Amino acid sequence: MKRIKNVAELQDLRQGLLAAQDPDQPVVRVCLGPGCLALGAEKVAQAFRTAIKYKKLKAAVKPLLKETGCHGFCGQGTLVSLTPADLFYVRVKPEDVPEIVDVTLGRGEVLERLLYRDNGYRYRQAGEIPFYKLQQKIILKNVGLIDPLDLKDALLAGAYQSLAKTLTELSPEEVLRTVEVSGLRGRGGGGFPTGFKWRRAADNVRENPGPVYVIANGEEGDPGAFMDRAIMEGDPHAVIEGMIIGSYALGAEQGFLYVRHEYPIAIRHLSIALRQARALGLLGKNILGSGFDFDLQINRGAGAYVCGEETAIIASLEGRAGEPRTRPPFPAQEGLWGRPTIINNVETWANVPHIMAQGAEWYARLGVPHSTGTKIFSLVGKVKNTGLVEVPMGISLGRLVEEIGGGVPGQKGFKAVQTGGPSGGIIPYELKEVFTDYHYHPPHLIQERKEISVDFDSMAQTGSIMGGGGMIVMDDRDCVVDVARYFLRFLQEESCGKCLPCRLGLKGMLEFLDRFTRGQGAPEDIAALESLGQALVDGSLCGLGRAAPNPVLTSIKYFKDEYLAHILDHKCPAGVCRDLITYRIDPGVCNGCGLCLADCPEACISGKKKKAHVINTAACSRCGACQAVCPADAVRVA
Amino acid sequence: MKKNQKTIDSILASYPPHPQNLISLLQDVQAAYNYISPEHLALICDHVGVPVTQAWSVATFYKSFSLEPRGEHEIKVCLGTTCHLKGANRLLEACERDLGITQGGTTADLRFTLDTVKCVGACAEAPVVIVDRDYLGRASLSSLKKRLKKR
Repeated sequence: MKRIKNVAELQDLRQGLLAAQDPDQPVVRVCLGPGCLALGAEKVAQAFRTAIKYKKLKAAVKPLLKETGCHGFCGQGTLVSLTPADLFYVRVKPEDVPEIVDVTLGRGEVLERLLYRDNGYRYRQAGEIPFYKLQQKIILKNVGLIDPLDLKDALLAGAYQSLAKTLTELSPEEVLRTVEVSGLRGRGGGGFPTGFKWRRAADNVRENPGPVYVIANGEEGDPGAFMDRAIMEGDPHAVIEGMIIGSYALGAEQGFLYVRHEYPIAIRHLSIALRQARALGLLGKNILGSGFDFDLQINRGAGAYVCGEETAIIASLEGRAGEPRTRPPFPAQEGLWGRPTIINNVETWANVPHIMAQGAEWYARLGVPHSTGTKIFSLVGKVKNTGLVEVPMGISLGRLVEEIGGGVPGQKGFKAVQTGGPSGGIIPYELKEVFTDYHYHPPHLIQERKEISVDFDSMAQTGSIMGGGGMIVMDDRDCVVDVARYFLRFLQEESCGKCLPCRLGLKGMLEFLDRFTRGQGAPEDIAALESLGQALVDGSLCGLGRAAPNPVLTSIKYFKDEYLAHILDHKCPAGVCRDLITYRIDPGVCNGCGLCLADCPEACISGKKKKAHVINTAACSRCGACQAVCPADAVRVA
Repeated sequence: MKKNQKTIDSILASYPPHPQNLISLLQDVQAAYNYISPEHLALICDHVGVPVTQAWSVATFYKSFSLEPRGEHEIKVCLGTTCHLKGANRLLEACERDLGITQGGTTADLRFTLDTVKCVGACAEAPVVIVDRDYLGRASLSSLKKRLKKR
């Protein structure tokens, strides 16, 4: 494609592409999102490529294969969708592909066995499945639909239309105003009003003329969260378009995409998208003939969780160790190289084109007051439908986890939800319905029922935060003390060490929890732990330390019983904490296959072939190898 | 050295001599040589014009840099929250026992380095192990061993 010089040429190009499209051409979309990739989606795509190439299809038009970003329904991967037949196949294996090509593409028939099945009903279309039906996809609309490496496909889906409208119809001041009125708040976790941030930077530039910078924060470090990854991989042009619009409003000439190095595919897709946009004249000098210049570059993160903090990103971009500094001055006042800088999360940037295209009022009506728009969550852990979901703000937690997520698999009880990653909290299941005084109530005492709403302010009230969008569902085999300890250890390793409360406080808190998980400590220690946690909240330099005690403080608030069970009864009710459990083989279930005996690193399992085996508890190191290998599920934890 | 490896000279030449390129240079050297040798660190410092102390502080701050040679294949066990809940620690211990090295270590024959990563965003398939660039979902010691045999 040759460079386009103005908006009219962009529209001509798009009209040409639209006219060249054949609505009857079969399109096969194979999901290459993170979940499906881990299940071997690449082999499925390869199988389609081979089958389509070598098979003499009876179909009039050759099918088109699109390797797309994440479809969202990760628990059912590899996902394949077919248009115009509008079929959605789940759990596709490479060996299924020849049959799909033969039966569905060739003869136009449905392969029943690959349809998603729930409660005895087979769903032909994705839109009918409850998991998709209850979602409202705006940011993720094109993710999973378009080929992220094909600019034409993105243009057909409407990419850069919003930019064209902005550059021709709106002044920078009007863009700022639109973002302010929309009520957009930062999607990275803080929930700071984006329009306010932009306004502050714009004011600072006016007072102190010179360069301005925009940065996309793609250092999505929260474990259990992959929303930004899916956007960057599945619709990279949306992020770029949002950043161009933002820089137009602020008069920035240079932008940076700071992406985690653990996301090599996102880095690759973004670099290809940047090259395409530059070649087309959407980046660089005189964008679409507007006289406005802007370019973007990618900087890879180097493996530091703290670099999700905005002042740490700036330090990293300047070539230094990523240590945060005190704010104020905020980056909007003094950021990169001392100049006003706007740092927004990837998802926030991806919201911008939609706001410009459909207006601030439309956006402000989505969601709830003070938390407008939609939010993407990664719904993972002990939930039936794991995956990526986009829902309007203010949806109830119960609806999100039980209706969209399908609840907890198996017979186990739904215990808690962990939101907001290491900076968030652990909210108990009961809170979903009872939300009057934030204290744990046994279910039989529930009188007043009120559902918890998933938005910035309601989540903050629980002591957790909404955060980036990680939502980890825990069942009653998960120990909250262990999870709180997990997050503390994570943060203690990731603390940059610049300020004392975080550096030593986390270490001290971890020592408490280490003792608890060994069944040691005293009930008074819980109060001491809470007090130490409060010191971190009050005294730490940056958000990492200030939010670090959240998992501990919320779990104490809602699950004090479980802490006391560890300390007083020396028991881990969930059967997780290693020093407090024993493994035993159920003689009625064991078939004496001998696999555990062969795998036991302590050689403490004995038994004759085809006879029930026994674990010598005294020698057992409780590594769990026997349980992992047992085909009969005969190993019990108590 | 890997095949088609970029030489240190070509890596240096691809970035303008400015301190802001320190991290990118370290990343490219790490990618090409699997570690950053003292000689390369000195060359990078000369190129971008920063003292060795600053480069050292950067190279030791970020986890993706290694100042010691690493194995030919990198095995990373994901320890994200979901993987943690689904037994990633046991899997890591099993790998440690099997390879005879501890987390962060490299086998004596320089074939494998065992490391951990804090979430790769493939939580739906937890626990996840990454071998070089390939993702292995719903991983177990036996499925990992099968994958390693192909290397």
